[in-house]
Amino acid sequence: MRGEQVNLQNIIARSATTVPSPQERTGGVDPVTKLIDVSRCIGCKACQVACAEWNDLRDEVGDNVGIYDNPLDLTPNTWQVMRFNEYENERGNLEWLIRKDNCMHCAEPGCLEACPAPGAIVQYANGIVDFNSEHCIGCGYCVTGCPFDVPRISEVDGKSYKCTLCSDRVFHGLEPACVKSCPTGSIMFGTRDDMLDLAETRSDFLRSRGYDNAGIYNPEGVDGTHVIYVLQHADKPQIYNDLPEDPRISPMVSAWKGVGKPLASAAIGLAALTGFFHYVTAGPKEHGEEDEQAVREDEEREAREEREERP
Amino acid sequence: MTNHWVDIRNADLIIGMGGNPAEAHPVGFRWVMEAREHNDARLVVVDPRFTRTAAVADYFAEIRTGTDIAFLGGLIHYLIESGRFQRDYVLAYTDASLIVREEFGFEDGLFTGYDADSGEYEMESWQYEYDDEGHALRDETLEHPRCVFQLMRQHFSRYTLDVVSSVCGTPRDKIQHVWDMAAETAAPDKTMTFLYALGWTQHSIGSQIIRTAAMVQLLLGNMGMRGGGVNALRGHSNIQGLTDLGLLSDQLPGYLTLPDADEQEYEDFILERARPPLVPGEVSYWRYYERFHVSLMKAWYGDAASEDNDWCYDWLPKMGEDLYDILHTFERMHQGEITGYLCQGFNPLAAFPHKAKVTEALSRLKFLVVIDPLRTETAEFWMNHGEYHDVDPAAIDTEVFRLPTTAFAEEDGTIVNSSRWLQWFWQAGPPPGEAKPDTAILAGIFLRLQRLYQEEGGAFPDPILNLHWPYRRPEEPTPEELAREYNGWALEDVFDENRNLVVRAGEQLEDFGFLRADGSTACGCWIFAGCWTEAGNQMIRRDNSDPYGTGQTLGWAWSWPGNRRILYNRASARPDGTPWAATKAVVWWDGERWVGNDVPDFPEDSTPGMTQGPFLMNQTGRGQLFARDRMNEGPFPEHYEPFETPIASNPLHPDSPLAKNNPAARVFPQDRENFGTFEEFPHAATSYRLTEHFHYWTMHNRLNAITQPEKFVEIGEALARELGIEKGDRVRVSSKRGHIDAVAVVTKRIRSLQVAGHTVHQVGIPLHWGFLGETRKAHLTNTLTPSVGDANTQTPEYKSFLVRVDKL
Amino acid sequence: MTLRVSRRQFFKLGAAGMATSSMAMMGFAPEPAVASIRHFKLTGAKITRSNCTYCSVGCGVLIYARGDAAINNVDDIYHVEGDPDHPVSRGSLCPKGAGLLDYIRSDSRLRYPQVREAGSNQWQRISWDEAFTRIARHMKDDRDANFVTQDDEGNTVNHWTTTGMLAASASTNETAYCTHKIARGLGMVAFDNQARV
Repeated sequence: MRGEQVNLQNIIARSATTVPSPQERTGGVDPVTKLIDVSRCIGCKACQVACAEWNDLRDEVGDNVGIYDNPLDLTPNTWQVMRFNEYENERGNLEWLIRKDNCMHCAEPGCLEACPAPGAIVQYANGIVDFNSEHCIGCGYCVTGCPFDVPRISEVDGKSYKCTLCSDRVFHGLEPACVKSCPTGSIMFGTRDDMLDLAETRSDFLRSRGYDNAGIYNPEGVDGTHVIYVLQHADKPQIYNDLPEDPRISPMVSAWKGVGKPLASAAIGLAALTGFFHYVTAGPKEHGEEDEQAVREDEEREAREEREERP
Repeated sequence: MTNHWVDIRNADLIIGMGGNPAEAHPVGFRWVMEAREHNDARLVVVDPRFTRTAAVADYFAEIRTGTDIAFLGGLIHYLIESGRFQRDYVLAYTDASLIVREEFGFEDGLFTGYDADSGEYEMESWQYEYDDEGHALRDETLEHPRCVFQLMRQHFSRYTLDVVSSVCGTPRDKIQHVWDMAAETAAPDKTMTFLYALGWTQHSIGSQIIRTAAMVQLLLGNMGMRGGGVNALRGHSNIQGLTDLGLLSDQLPGYLTLPDADEQEYEDFILERARPPLVPGEVSYWRYYERFHVSLMKAWYGDAASEDNDWCYDWLPKMGEDLYDILHTFERMHQGEITGYLCQGFNPLAAFPHKAKVTEALSRLKFLVVIDPLRTETAEFWMNHGEYHDVDPAAIDTEVFRLPTTAFAEEDGTIVNSSRWLQWFWQAGPPPGEAKPDTAILAGIFLRLQRLYQEEGGAFPDPILNLHWPYRRPEEPTPEELAREYNGWALEDVFDENRNLVVRAGEQLEDFGFLRADGSTACGCWIFAGCWTEAGNQMIRRDNSDPYGTGQTLGWAWSWPGNRRILYNRASARPDGTPWAATKAVVWWDGERWVGNDVPDFPEDSTPGMTQGPFLMNQTGRGQLFARDRMNEGPFPEHYEPFETPIASNPLHPDSPLAKNNPAARVFPQDRENFGTFEEFPHAATSYRLTEHFHYWTMHNRLNAITQPEKFVEIGEALARELGIEKGDRVRVSSKRGHIDAVAVVTKRIRSLQVAGHTVHQVGIPLHWGFLGETRKAHLTNTLTPSVGDANTQTPEYKSFLVRVDKL
Repeated sequence: MTLRVSRRQFFKLGAAGMATSSMAMMGFAPEPAVASIRHFKLTGAKITRSNCTYCSVGCGVLIYARGDAAINNVDDIYHVEGDPDHPVSRGSLCPKGAGLLDYIRSDSRLRYPQVREAGSNQWQRISWDEAFTRIARHMKDDRDANFVTQDDEGNTVNHWTTTGMLAASASTNETAYCTHKIARGLGMVAFDNQARV
């Protein structure tokens, strides 16, 4: 099913765009979902590493601040983190709750709703919410719009980044990198129906093992998410390092859509227009042959020096 | 592992003790999760820390490091006294009924035969009572006061719930709960598996901890069963293979051993090892020792090895010491008695205890050769790395060579995983720069040495000049050539006892049954025979089908011995050949032959009527509850305190100073001086791996550096409060041997324990991070650890030592 | 795999396409027609089956290299992921295994033989031939000087205790076997691997 999604018509929503998607004409693509069963997570961070490896991300090497979490938070180069919490339950027993935190791929994505740049955020028919950074203008509205505090703006290129649910892999019939790596089967992937079924099975299992409030986290406030959790204590999502109890798109976003958007749109448009005229008059930026030659020589010299320095 | 990774899913109870499988072996740990989900299994963790394995466990019990014999010894006591053991299994498949010599005894924490001056035992009395034919006397009622069962019962009678709780610091209710869960698997259709790793091995009593677990499993009838076994989760990718191939000071390939200096006669050497059965009719497979040995010598010395020269017996080095283990070698190196040292993919400066001693020792070498794909701290031991490694290069005269090797991705070959599977892998790309495979490096050095001996002569050149080197490119033997050699081939036609031709000269051997002691076969590692047969390389097989649904996948790779996946699997069936339980069946007798979902691990012609025991390597054919003379500190396990203990005496023997620590451990005088006391260093420390890192290698990998960038230590909340330490504070952890600085992780996951009436705090110290690589620079953890080892293996006591924690 | 429409092509498509959005008219959305925003990076890669060499689970890994092993190409490993056929790992990897690429390509990989002379404060690059020759000379000098043919009791022992070796438990069986054969051939006894510790 997933391989067939490689077509030009599978975008169902595009930021700052009102024209209907051709997808609406056909449909027929199964939505996908990633299930994260917190009760099976050992916090090994394989998913974190696999994510960075697949997406060619190498974040800074940080510090230890007295906890297992690292990196401490999402960044433009870290699209998911494990959050650890030592929780003492009602019976006084210790539980080490470890939650993988990443983009939830909301059915009603606050980031997309808020985004003023056309096509910078898209939602595919399979449910993946993807950032097309080429069109991102770095305004940060997606950050405000996200009820889960996921997108991060890069200080290097001024664009916003987050988990893509490995849309490239999924379009090729593969599971996301984090899912594949997971050693304990804590992260699973499949069609939305299958994952909701599996989440029920896993919740039943937990209830049979004494977790009376085990259940699924698939918040209605954003019309459900394409990343769902199985929680031992579904009645208390906040104990999982502040997983929001009832996430909703920030009221700021509706405000922006009502009044602010035309104004902001004009302002952003003005900035864009400048670029547009530059583009029309000068054309796309291309390196002259001399420039390229110089760059090549520089690179070769650097590579040579590096080789010699290395052991 | 006696069983294998996927087989864990067949267990009903999994006890993670002496290991942290979720963190150290996350992918193998998958099968624990599968057992919980699909076999309704429970996972129990017994550990000083609430680990990431504990995070997904059904039950957790804290324990003081180094007290596992007490915990498991108490379990043995409980199983016996409550009758919750599998009596039929114990009677048929263990030595419980065998009668021990009258002279054997145990008093004040010491077994008979102890010599306090030498610190060694005379093991004469640790034997069965034999009849005139050399067979052990038996009492099938298990009532005889000197039968193994009754002696064992008596020995562990001291391990009551109160005593165990006092020694281990584990609350009574938790101990009893775990014991009860274990006892339930005495049922024939229930199995329990122990998953352990270096948390059991790295103690001065490590071997005996593991033995205690094996005894528990024999009592519960869990050996040879699906989902049972005592499963060592080995640390490195091919540490199983290197053990199998005998790269240890006293070993030869296939668990053969080097001769001792006093074994001057070849016949005596063989006789000592080719041991006869002690119970009538048993297999005692080591009786064929000479076949394995001669075939090895033919592989190594070719035509030069002949019956006339006892197959080059005198070319093998003989042992002048019990062991030339690493503690022994670095002690001698420290005393300036070692000239040169080669480190192949091994980083002793980081990995060996008492780093200051190791640094001084390496500084006294004339030459050091480091063969590694990566920079290592060892190769740079002479370089000043500031506060983390403060040495003066000008004062170190060691000549150091650093030779780059290929990494796994750049070579072909096999590694043996913990399941004993030999798995072939292929080269994916070229190595960096001028890096060469290890085989080319070893061959390069060897061939030059050989040439020097040809040209100049020198000390005992014969084995060097005659080392069989039949490789097409002598300067780089290929993995294919070497694999065919350790599998073995026929040098001449091989015949069976009826003079039928079974293997033609030049053919690869199908299994070790075809090996001969007459020089007609060559085989580099007898237990690997069958991995590269006339049908080709069996280790590349990739049929992952599992037709029986048992997880055995007999068509995937190749498992030693003889592609068996579960060792001792004869024990999965009753003496009459029927399975103990249909759900646990591995092999069974169908009236005419043995069938099942695994290769039977005993002779095909052994019909049930012959009542041969499943443990066919043992002289008794049975599981040994009584170790006889095979363990240096006694035939039954006894709890002794770590050499650095947080309490004043051994609670089991408060008035017997000799029985405070392992009486048979070897301690060098200078190392003893470097032991700390709990008055000065009050906290019990233990060192371990984290899941994000692999020793000191992944410090060099950006991806892994990001996930755990900086050295930390784990301190319980109670101790942190006492010392005024908050999470994230920098602390100094000191032992008698030095100090490390690290960030404090203050946690609820380490609780203070009540041990023998005292409060004991434990401190957790990950072993990772050094002064090289992409992570934050750090002191090496083994700055702190003591130089003393297990009395049998000399594996250092990294898991139990004393420290003091100070806030910086 | 990605269906790219360059900015220049976009212009050629004409104003009709641009009229879909007021913002697009201003140059914002030149690439609406992408099936996947990111190029699928494995297309055309050479896949090699291998085994992770960290712990003893022995997970199957697939190593992806640019290049098809053609004679004119130096293959470049750029991605590693789990082998779903492997009966134990079934495609999974732990954080070490998932990061294998950075081990293979680590800046700390050694590239050529080096020596640090006695008392020196630096490494110096040498040839393999020089390395082998010098090491062999050291070993022979020590072996000839300290080889023990008979011990104090007159037992033939034929052992060499003054040069020792640590073998690598992450090396292959073939390497290990070759190493062992040589070590015992030299009469070495101070010989261990990680299984000792």
